[in-house]
Amino acid sequence: MGVKVSLGVSLGAVLAIVVVALVGGEVSALQPVFGILVPYAAFAIFLVGFIYRVVDWGRSPVPYRIPTTCGQQKTLPWIKQNKIECPSSTLGVIGRMILEVFAFRSLFRHTKAEMASGNIVYGGSKWIWLGALAFHYSFLIIAVRHLRLFLEPVPFLINGIDLVDGMFQIGAPTLYLTDLLLIGAVSYLLVRRLIVPKMRYISLANDYFPLFLILGIGISGVLMRFFIRVDIVGVKELAMGLATLHPVMPEGIGAIFFVHVALVSTLFAYFPFSKLMHAGGVFLSPGRNLANTNRAKMHVNPWEYPVKIHSYEDYENEFREKMKEAGIPVERE
Amino acid sequence: MAKNPEYYESLNIDYKPPRGNWMDRPVDIKSGIYCYPARPVVLENVGMNDRSDWGKYWVIEDEDWELPDDWKERFLNKMRDMLDKYRTFKIYMDICVRCGACADKCHYFLGSGDPMNMPVLRAELLRSIYRGEFTKTGKILGRFAGARKLTKNALKQLWYYMFQCSECRRCSVFCPYGIDTAEITIMGREIMNELGMNIAWVQESVSKCIHTGNHLGLQPQAYKECIDAMLWDIEDNVGITFEPTFNRKGAEILFVTPSGDVFADPGIFTLAGYLMLFEHLGLDYTWSTYASEGGDFGYFTANEMAKRMNGKIYNEAKRLGVKWILGGECGHMWRVLNQYMTTWHGPIDFLEEPVSPITGTKFENAKAHKMVHIMEFVADLIKHNKLKLDPSRNDHLKVTYHDSCNPSRGLGLFEEPRYVIKNVCNHFYEMPENTIREQTYCCGSGSGLNASENMELRLRGGFPRQNALRYVADKYGVNMLACICAIDRAALPPAAQYWNPDVGVTGVCELVANALIMEGEGERTHNIRGFEIATWEPEP
Repeated sequence: MGVKVSLGVSLGAVLAIVVVALVGGEVSALQPVFGILVPYAAFAIFLVGFIYRVVDWGRSPVPYRIPTTCGQQKTLPWIKQNKIECPSSTLGVIGRMILEVFAFRSLFRHTKAEMASGNIVYGGSKWIWLGALAFHYSFLIIAVRHLRLFLEPVPFLINGIDLVDGMFQIGAPTLYLTDLLLIGAVSYLLVRRLIVPKMRYISLANDYFPLFLILGIGISGVLMRFFIRVDIVGVKELAMGLATLHPVMPEGIGAIFFVHVALVSTLFAYFPFSKLMHAGGVFLSPGRNLANTNRAKMHVNPWEYPVKIHSYEDYENEFREKMKEAGIPVERE
Repeated sequence: MAKNPEYYESLNIDYKPPRGNWMDRPVDIKSGIYCYPARPVVLENVGMNDRSDWGKYWVIEDEDWELPDDWKERFLNKMRDMLDKYRTFKIYMDICVRCGACADKCHYFLGSGDPMNMPVLRAELLRSIYRGEFTKTGKILGRFAGARKLTKNALKQLWYYMFQCSECRRCSVFCPYGIDTAEITIMGREIMNELGMNIAWVQESVSKCIHTGNHLGLQPQAYKECIDAMLWDIEDNVGITFEPTFNRKGAEILFVTPSGDVFADPGIFTLAGYLMLFEHLGLDYTWSTYASEGGDFGYFTANEMAKRMNGKIYNEAKRLGVKWILGGECGHMWRVLNQYMTTWHGPIDFLEEPVSPITGTKFENAKAHKMVHIMEFVADLIKHNKLKLDPSRNDHLKVTYHDSCNPSRGLGLFEEPRYVIKNVCNHFYEMPENTIREQTYCCGSGSGLNASENMELRLRGGFPRQNALRYVADKYGVNMLACICAIDRAALPPAAQYWNPDVGVTGVCELVANALIMEGEGERTHNIRGFEIATWEPEP
C-alpha cells in the first residue's frame, strides 16, 4: 500500500461523508438524523471515549520516574539549576508542562540535519513549530467562537474574540483570520507530508484522514459563510436546541450545513480511537511530567517485587581461597 | 592538523527514503550491522530467558530462527503484561502523530540513511504490531490504521532495529509529547528476551557480572591485580606509592565504578585518576571485588535482570557498613542509579545522607539514594579549594567535552564536569550546540552495542559525534575528547581512529590526576599514561 492508496482512501472516506450528508441533507425526513441524532451520538462517543482513554492511561502504573532531563539538575548550591527543563519541584513540572502544552516547547527545538560535502549541517527549522501552533490555536479559537451558536445571550468574551478575529473587516460578512490560518496551516501540514520524502515515508492513511477531515470542515465552514449561504437563524435555533437538550429541526437551513455538521461529527467520533488522543496523552506523558528527584526522594513502584541477587556469601564461597591468597578480607576463613 | 580523511569528503549519505511502504520491506539483515546472538549455554547459570526449555541455538543467517512453537503467544503475553505495567509504554504506543520531529535526530539514521532508523519508524515497528494485535481499530481497519499482525518477518525486523538503538534518548528531547524511543526499545528488547532473542555481547556480560561481579569476568584476585598494576604505573610516573583497600569493613565510603575502567585503555587512566585523587584526599574508602561493576548490563535485557545486577551495590554497602557510596564515571550506570535504583531497593535506611568528609558539603540531591557522582564530588572539592592543581600540565591538550547520553538526558549532569575540566585544563572548547548538552550524540555503541562484529553500525552511529569533533579539531586544534562514560572510553577511540585519527580520548578524572599536585610527588615530566608531557601527541 503506497502513498496513493493511503491518500485515496482517506480522501475518499471524507468525500463519501460529504456526499452522504449532501444527499441526506436534501431529504427533509433525514434532516433530524443528520442534524440531531448524528451530532448527539458523535459527541457522546467523543466524551465517553476520551474519558475512557484518559482514565485507562491514568490507571496504569508509573513504575519508574524516568523524565528526559533537558537541562542542569539540582545539585550543588552554587550550580544554577534549570528549573524548567530539569524540574525538581511540582511548580517546575507545571512550568515545563505549560511550555510544552501551550507553546510546544520541544517542537521549538526542531532543527533540520542535512548532509553537505561529508558533513552534517544543522539548520534552524521553525516551520513545523509555527505550522502546528497556527493550526492548534486557530482551531481552538474557531471552536470557542462557535459557542455563540450554543449560548444565549452570547458571553462578552466570545463577542470579543469574534471582534478581534475579524478585525481586518475584509468583505462582508467579515473574514475571520483564524479561518484563513486554519485552512493554511492544515494545507501546510498536508503538503509537508506529501512533498518531504521522509514525511511521505512515515505517513499512514490515518495521518492523512484527519487532515482531510479538518480541511473539509474548514472549507465547508467558509463556503457556508461566504458562498452558499445558510439560514443562520435556523442554525442558531438548532444549536440552541441541541445545547438545551430540547432539539428542534428548523426547515430550510441548507444542505451545505449538513456537510459541515457531518464532518465535525466524524471528527468527534473518530477522536478517541485515533492519534488525536495526543491531546489527552501529552498531559500524562511520563517523559515530561515528572520531576527529576529520584535521588532525593524515593519513587514507589506499585508492582515492584523482590528478585534473586547473587549473594556475597555465594561469591565468597566460590572464590574464598583466591581471595585469601590475594590478601582480600573474607567473612569466613 | 591533518586534513579530513578522503572517505570523509566522499561520504554522501542519502537521507531520502525509498519509494513504497516500509511495511512491505523485505527482511534484509546485513553483516557489520547486527550483533551475534547469545549462545544458550552462556545463560544457563543465569536462569533467565535462556532458550533452555526448547534448547535451540540460533543463527541469524538461517531462515528459521529456532523459535519455540508458541512464540507468538509468548510474545503477545509478555507485551500485554508490559502494557499493563508501564504507563510510558501504553501512552507511547497510542499518541505518536508521526510529526517527523524525531526523524533526523538519531545518530544511526544520520550515519546510515536507513529510514528504519528514524526513531518514529523504529517505534512503528512495534506500534504497528500493537495496533494489529491489541486495538479494535487496528484489527478492523488493518493497514489503513497502520496495523499489522505479528509475523516472523515482523519479529526479525523488530529484532534487527531494536539492536540498532542505543537508548540514548536524543529523539525524546525533540518529541512534542516526550515519547522516549529508548523506553520503547527497552520494552521491545524485554519482550524479545522472552524468546531468548538477545545478543552475545550483552548476555555474556550479564552472565559474568552475576558470578564475578563484573562484565569482564575478573575474579577477585584479578580485579585487585589490575588495580595493583595501575599503582605501579603511578609509582613510575608520579613517584608516589600507596595501597588502597578492598572489601574493607568499616570504611566510610564504598567506591563503585564500571569495570571497564579497571581493565581497558584509556579507562585505566581514569582509574589512576580516582586512585590518586582519593589518596591525595586521604579518603576513608574501599573498593569492592563483589560489587565491582557499576555498569548494569541487565538493563539491556529485562527489568528484573537489571535489578538483579544492580542489587549488589547496596548489598555490599550494607555488608561493609559504609556510610554512603561514591560512583565513578559511567553513562548508563548513572541512568540506572538515578532513575531506577532507589525504586528497586528503597528505602535505603542502612546508609547515611552523603556528606563530603573533606568539605562538609551535604549532597542533598542524593539524600534518599545515598550515592554521589564523582563529578559532583570533585566539583565541590575544587570549589572549596581542596585540590592543589596545576592546569598547565594539561597545556599540551586542547580539550573538548562529550556529554555522555545517559548522565545528560537521564540525570541532567552538565555543569559539574565542565567546571572540573575548566579548572584542570587551560584550553577547553565546546563542540557545536546541536551536538552537546541535552542534544548530545551517542558515541555510537551504547546499550550493549559495542561488540566487534557490528563495527560498521558503530562507526556509522558514531559519525555525528565524530563530525562535530572534526569541526572543533579543525577550528581550534582540539586533540583530546573528554567524557564521563566507560562505554565512551571503549567506543570513542575506534570511532576516532576512523573519523578523527589525531584526537585522543580521556576520562575527566585522568585530566584531574595530571593536574593534581600531590604531596611528596616526584618531578612530573610524564603524564599518567607514561608519555613525556612535553612531546606527547595524543592518539585514539
